[in-house]
Amino acid sequence: MLRLEQLTKIYKTGDKALKAVDLEIPKGQVLALIGPSGAGKSTLIRCINRLVEPSSGKVQLNGVELTSLGSSALRRERRRMGMIFQEYALVERLTVMENVLSGRLGYVGFFRSFLRKFPQSDVDEAFRLLDRVGLLAMADKRADELSGGQRQRVGICRALIQNPSVLLVDEPTASLDPKTSRQIMRLIVELCEERKLAAIVNIHDVALAQMFVQRIVGLQSGAIVFDGAPAELDEDVLTRIYGAEDWSETIQKVDEDDEEDAA
Amino acid sequence: MAISTKNGTKVWQRRDRNGQLKVWAMWLVGTAIFMWSWQQISDATTWAFFWDAPRIAADIGGRAMPPRWGYMDKLWAPLWDTLNIATLGTVLALMMAVPVAFLAARNTTPSAMFIRPIALLIIVSSRSINSLIWALLLVKIIGPGIFAGLIAIAIRSIGFCAKLLYEAIEEIDESQVEAIAATGAGRWQVMAYGILPQIMPAFAGISVFRWDINLRESTVLGLVGAGGIGLQLQGSLNTLAWPQVSLILILILLAVVVSEWVSAKVRGAII
Repeated sequence: MLRLEQLTKIYKTGDKALKAVDLEIPKGQVLALIGPSGAGKSTLIRCINRLVEPSSGKVQLNGVELTSLGSSALRRERRRMGMIFQEYALVERLTVMENVLSGRLGYVGFFRSFLRKFPQSDVDEAFRLLDRVGLLAMADKRADELSGGQRQRVGICRALIQNPSVLLVDEPTASLDPKTSRQIMRLIVELCEERKLAAIVNIHDVALAQMFVQRIVGLQSGAIVFDGAPAELDEDVLTRIYGAEDWSETIQKVDEDDEEDAA
Repeated sequence: MAISTKNGTKVWQRRDRNGQLKVWAMWLVGTAIFMWSWQQISDATTWAFFWDAPRIAADIGGRAMPPRWGYMDKLWAPLWDTLNIATLGTVLALMMAVPVAFLAARNTTPSAMFIRPIALLIIVSSRSINSLIWALLLVKIIGPGIFAGLIAIAIRSIGFCAKLLYEAIEEIDESQVEAIAATGAGRWQVMAYGILPQIMPAFAGISVFRWDINLRESTVLGLVGAGGIGLQLQGSLNTLAWPQVSLILILILLAVVVSEWVSAKVRGAII
């Protein structure tokens, strides 16, 4: 279980990116975090694994307080948080296999990892995951040879091989076409279900979020302004999150569920 | 830059009138300085020597031909020395340049306040002195010979390699580094997985490029007694043995062509 208490982030420039956010995500729940650009979605996710240092507040993962950890303890806890990025953030010049295995770095000593001597169990798991996402044949290809959708699948494998208890997913579909976006979202949600993983998914595409998740949280200027089921998202709520606009299209599309792209 | 209204239509020009005048003035001043310098050089030239030049050059050229091919057997050893000075000097320089580059790059330095300036100072001081001058100093300090040349090449190359390398480190894609850090990887693992693969092409390019330069530089180090083929060149020049000079120059040319070819191959293979 992941719990945020009064999580606040003030950047050096004085921007209040997060204003005392409280949030609780039970085991196995996939949560979509929506909100306009600059609302603090990325900051919130990054404050959890402390790629961004929160200014105050607490983050608890399965009872462990993360914000006060020293650097080596933080590294140990980071192993339990898989992260998936918007631009995939694969190491472009390494192979798919190396990229997947890099998810095990927290468990393997420096020299073993430097010489690429990962334990056979890790290699087995990497092959299993690549098979699961349909990229087994690509294991030996260099990451920069893959298409966007394939890269994001590798990113998913890298996060899952950590054997995490929570997934932090930052705009997983923003660089993908509508069809691939759906496939990637479906894959993430399925994998979370299989493994009983909690996940926070930052997402621009409201319709896509409604299609796949059980719970939606709306962030606006660093504060939570909506927390509820996808069905509860109506024009009022969207206006509260994003500001005034004609939202009828966005909501309709969810009902019809036949158009490829929404926002 | 300059938007004005003429007859009701908006007109855009690259510069407004003041800007245009400034550019003209700069050209005027630049041309004047050039002409004045030309005049100074012309006044300081002994024209008799200058008009003489083609005849002298033709004379030396005539004496230098044909090259004295038989001298070749005395050149193999110094040529090998030259190659070794360039290669080992580059390797030595790279070994020192890599840590300096990591300390100098803004995104990897442990302390931008204290350590980065020291690293930058190392880079600047190594770069500011020509390897011939380093060799001159080192011949005095550690005595004449190959070793002085090797160290001179190494010292001169540290700054060059470290500067290009730290610029490459600063240009890496941070999101890849972030992704590796997010897996719980340690500091050195982040370097090995997040940073190293990204700078490998730059590293390979810089190494062969510098090796290429060093091969050329090491051919002249002998002039100051730091070993290599330059020693033979100086000896031949001093004794006016022009056929030997031409042979050495041909040899240097060949060596440089070969090094160009090797570095092109290496760069092609790694990128």
